[in-house]
Amino acid sequence: MLSAIVFLPLAGAMVILLLLKDARQIRLFAAAVTVVELALAVAAFVIFRTEDYRRVGDMEMVEVYRDWIPALNIQYHLGVDGLSTPLVLLTALLGMCAVFASLHVQLRVKEYFMWLLVLQTAVTGVFVSLDLVLFFIFWELELLPMYFLISIWGSGRKEYSAMKFLIFTLLGSAFMLVGILALYFSVGTFNIVELQNIEGAQLILPAGTVFALLFAAFAVKLPVWPVHTWLPDAHTDAPTAVSVMLAGVLLKMGGYGMIRMAVGMFPGRAQEYAWVLAVLAVISVLYGAVVTVRQTDLKRLIAFSSISHMGYVLLGIASVVGVGGAVSSVGLTGAAMQMFTHGTITGLLFLLVGLVYDKAHTRHIPDMGGLAARMPIIAVGFLIAGLASLGLPGTSGFVSELLVFLGTFEVWSWITALAVFAIVITAGYILWMVQRVFFGPLLPRFASLGDTTVVEAVPMALLVIAIMVVGVYPAIVSDVFKQGLEPIIQSLQQVGGP
Amino acid sequence: MIFEGAAWAIFLLPLASFVVISLFVRPFLNQYEKYSGYLTILAIGAAFVLSIWALGSVLGNEGEIGWEAHSWLAIGNLEISLGILMDPLTAILLIVVTSVSLAVQVYSQGYMRGDPSYSRYFAFMSLFTASMLGLVLARNIVQLYAFWELVGLSSYLLIGFWYNRPAAAAAAKKAFLVTRLGDVGFLLGILYLFFNKEAFLSQGLNPFEIADINLIAHGGEVAGVQIIALGSGVATWVAVGIFAGAVGKSAQFPLHVWLPDAMEGPTPVSALIHAATMVVAGVFLVARFFPLFESSTTAMNIVAVIGGFTAIFAATMGLVMNDIKRVLAYSTVSQLGYMMLALGVGAYEAAIFHLFNHAFFKALLFLGAGSVNHASGTFNMQYMGGLKRYMPRTYVTFLIAAVSISGIFPLAGFWSKDEILVGAWNHGGTIGQLVFWMALVAAFMTAFYIFRALFLTFHGEFRGGVDAENGSQSGGHGVHLAESPWVMVAPMMVLAVPAVVSGFLANPLNTAWGLGIVPTHWFSKLLGNVEFISVHPEPMNLVMAFGSTVVALAGIGLAYLMYYAHKVSPEKVAAAIRPAYNAAFCKYYFDDLYEDWITRRGFYKGVAQSTDWVDRNIIDRIGVGIGFLGRNVGQVIGMLENGQVQAYGAGMSIGILVILVVFSIWN
Repeated sequence: MLSAIVFLPLAGAMVILLLLKDARQIRLFAAAVTVVELALAVAAFVIFRTEDYRRVGDMEMVEVYRDWIPALNIQYHLGVDGLSTPLVLLTALLGMCAVFASLHVQLRVKEYFMWLLVLQTAVTGVFVSLDLVLFFIFWELELLPMYFLISIWGSGRKEYSAMKFLIFTLLGSAFMLVGILALYFSVGTFNIVELQNIEGAQLILPAGTVFALLFAAFAVKLPVWPVHTWLPDAHTDAPTAVSVMLAGVLLKMGGYGMIRMAVGMFPGRAQEYAWVLAVLAVISVLYGAVVTVRQTDLKRLIAFSSISHMGYVLLGIASVVGVGGAVSSVGLTGAAMQMFTHGTITGLLFLLVGLVYDKAHTRHIPDMGGLAARMPIIAVGFLIAGLASLGLPGTSGFVSELLVFLGTFEVWSWITALAVFAIVITAGYILWMVQRVFFGPLLPRFASLGDTTVVEAVPMALLVIAIMVVGVYPAIVSDVFKQGLEPIIQSLQQVGGP
Repeated sequence: MIFEGAAWAIFLLPLASFVVISLFVRPFLNQYEKYSGYLTILAIGAAFVLSIWALGSVLGNEGEIGWEAHSWLAIGNLEISLGILMDPLTAILLIVVTSVSLAVQVYSQGYMRGDPSYSRYFAFMSLFTASMLGLVLARNIVQLYAFWELVGLSSYLLIGFWYNRPAAAAAAKKAFLVTRLGDVGFLLGILYLFFNKEAFLSQGLNPFEIADINLIAHGGEVAGVQIIALGSGVATWVAVGIFAGAVGKSAQFPLHVWLPDAMEGPTPVSALIHAATMVVAGVFLVARFFPLFESSTTAMNIVAVIGGFTAIFAATMGLVMNDIKRVLAYSTVSQLGYMMLALGVGAYEAAIFHLFNHAFFKALLFLGAGSVNHASGTFNMQYMGGLKRYMPRTYVTFLIAAVSISGIFPLAGFWSKDEILVGAWNHGGTIGQLVFWMALVAAFMTAFYIFRALFLTFHGEFRGGVDAENGSQSGGHGVHLAESPWVMVAPMMVLAVPAVVSGFLANPLNTAWGLGIVPTHWFSKLLGNVEFISVHPEPMNLVMAFGSTVVALAGIGLAYLMYYAHKVSPEKVAAAIRPAYNAAFCKYYFDDLYEDWITRRGFYKGVAQSTDWVDRNIIDRIGVGIGFLGRNVGQVIGMLENGQVQAYGAGMSIGILVILVVFSIWN
């Protein structure tokens, strides 16, 4: 099943490349592929949620071909646990939204949808790979479509931004590759499951160094201050669908890697350096929020807010040090939840910004005003996404922030207390944005704008539902995450214990 | 006795009304928008009936009705659960919220007639009521916090209801942000509780359950089990955090600035915000965690002093405002300060009793202001006057409310205000003395400003209304001097009844005063059934009652001399105390301090601008610098391969090669 989920979009991309010519056919086909993909991902999630998740510590739906490259002990090895299953679902959901948000694209339609589908395969592959080489291949595969999608279909300084994105990520990848090779040459395996908690193993590099290499690689992706500057540029110049994917799932690759690889493999190092993580996290949270306040471009504003919000992920991860040897799962669960909820919330925000831009032809906030009168449905959706982003109860954003705060406060009290003040700044920029764009008198030049079409409303409605459902009944996702994190918590207890 | 499903329905019915209106009526059936109003009234009316049932059951049960908690979210080895805490405090608040909201919804049928967003209005009103009911019913602190924030959201939506007006949009944002600043404290309080979870877990308690928090704060032997209380330091910090939330929501100094601006919303919304929802949430919150506050003298003193100061501070601004709604807004801030100071001196019952009475007469005053606006088209009292002749029913009900809030025997306001004064006096000590005199001065000011408003609005000659205010081109309603329609007047007349008689519920004297219906100290006995709270009904203090009445009459008398008899010229008085007058008139420059100096100059132009500069010119340059170094290397290799994608592949293979070489040398 996992192979099907991973490679269905790629197969779709091949069909588009080789068989389809008509632009309309391509659009419909791409949409159909993502709908089927979402159905598969939902099925996998439901199966996992109902049956598998009681078995703590096991990978489920495992598919393994041991003799892929036997000389180097590289295996084709897929599997999911509680940590990855919701992220696979998130990828499928946002993948579908991205395609639906792109149906009006006119430029080089064939390549566009091909790259979009390839991107989806790459990201899904990252979340389900259990072999480091496979993981790395998917990780790097994601760069190609991103580079082309931004530099061809983007706007503004698109070549610069695409290159900047590429360079930063490659820099991270270089660190990761060194780390992976160091692991391989020490332990002789690329198997991620076997590599969990290898604190005791004899490594050719100091364990702290390998941890730092892995952490650095994923920190670029998350992104963490001060290696965040590629993000606003990439977002601002990317087409809508790519922003949705970038904010929605690509950043989560960083958080996922941090939890699965950096912390999962080196729980002791993670505890040792947790203070660094906590400091970087609070800087990301506050600095991101403060800089967001100054932004006047809608997309750039949301991009900077992502830096602040992904800081919560890191803050949750920093709770791994625990108190007096007892590590609670609250902070890590919060970090994972924050990845999921930020994906849906920011995905929705970018989607709606795309719609507004398509209609109003500007993203410059001071030039806007009163749009709620002409596009009430978009305004309502935007308000819901904005409120979720500022952590309003009843939306998913509240739950993940609360979990991160609860989990980390008992470990890093003062740092977390500082981070809590970001909820005021967040409310400030979100409400300012909503007020300036949608409220106030309607400007005459926007007097003839229209609201969403039904097709545009579909992904919006899906994401709103996801935000509300998780907000009202968070256990539907958080229980799964909690289960997936249990083995990591246990190994943290082990190494941290007296 | 009420069953759990019915208790949930109190909150779920208005919520269902919100959902039905916003998902079905508004998008698809907007030509039947009048049904939005009916649906809201039906839902809240049913909630009101159920609330009476709940109160009756709590009375019959002589205390809390215990229901199971429902698991919501497992965190670590703990549960955050949802459920209903139905005790006398909840039951009283349910009555206040549903009855005032019902009156306001009926009134709104008239006030909002013809508004293009009629359905949206009632959807938001339903949500507002539902959120407040959810807050009151919550048994878990996280659940309470969730509804606390939703109350904030609802008021944001309603204050900014006319979102195309920039002032309304700005006021809505201000309300949300200022209250959220207080919520940081509330949230930190919750985090600190969780931080001390071991103290709870070791005794089989849950740090999120309100009953458990109060139990552990109370300490001592409860039901045969010795409970180890929280350390006073912990209790103080948690209580102060929670109080910060209450300061925001209840518009206490120094977070009072949002409430006067909040009148940008439709007037019935103000009535609801000021009387029964939003601002009373803060007082309710402190009352809800009263055992926790009582366990910390520091926290109690903070509550008392902030409350006392706010009572007098807000009243001074109420003295000089020209906008009738602003006078009422500062009046609310001041009265909430009264309630807070009562809580701070331990007069729990008096505070809730004042909350109860205040809800009715303050709602009535706001509905009166709306009615006056309906006729004159303005809220500026300088352009009103003489309206008594045209709107006698509005006048009489407003007068009743004014006498009540002034605390004149035997109307509702008298009884609760008197209890608060007695409570402060009996508390003694420096704090008790201090807040007693603050409260007494505030009582004088209250009587003065409310009768000033009454005389300026209803007496003398009519001064032209909105036409005079705007010159010849009047927008909006225009002036049509006539009594408001019955759909607006009737709810006011209904509210006038409790504004007169609700004070007898306390009945400090004997059965004769309760007309044989209300037993002596009925309200105190009811609240005495709240867990871990001891209520000592204050006996009637005739000296105090007489003294406070004289003070109130003096305030009314001064207003009479200045604004009715014109024996004392207001201009001359203002001139005599010019600096103080100007300071009060300019709201003590708090808006300038917060908005201009702290937010705009300090934060936006200072911190944010410099951080943004650092991000652009330092952090980004360093990153790009390193990156370009890498790119140049890549380009060199890229030239060999003729293209960027290949360059990328080559870079990767070369990288691997280099690393392999390094490792083989290393080993």
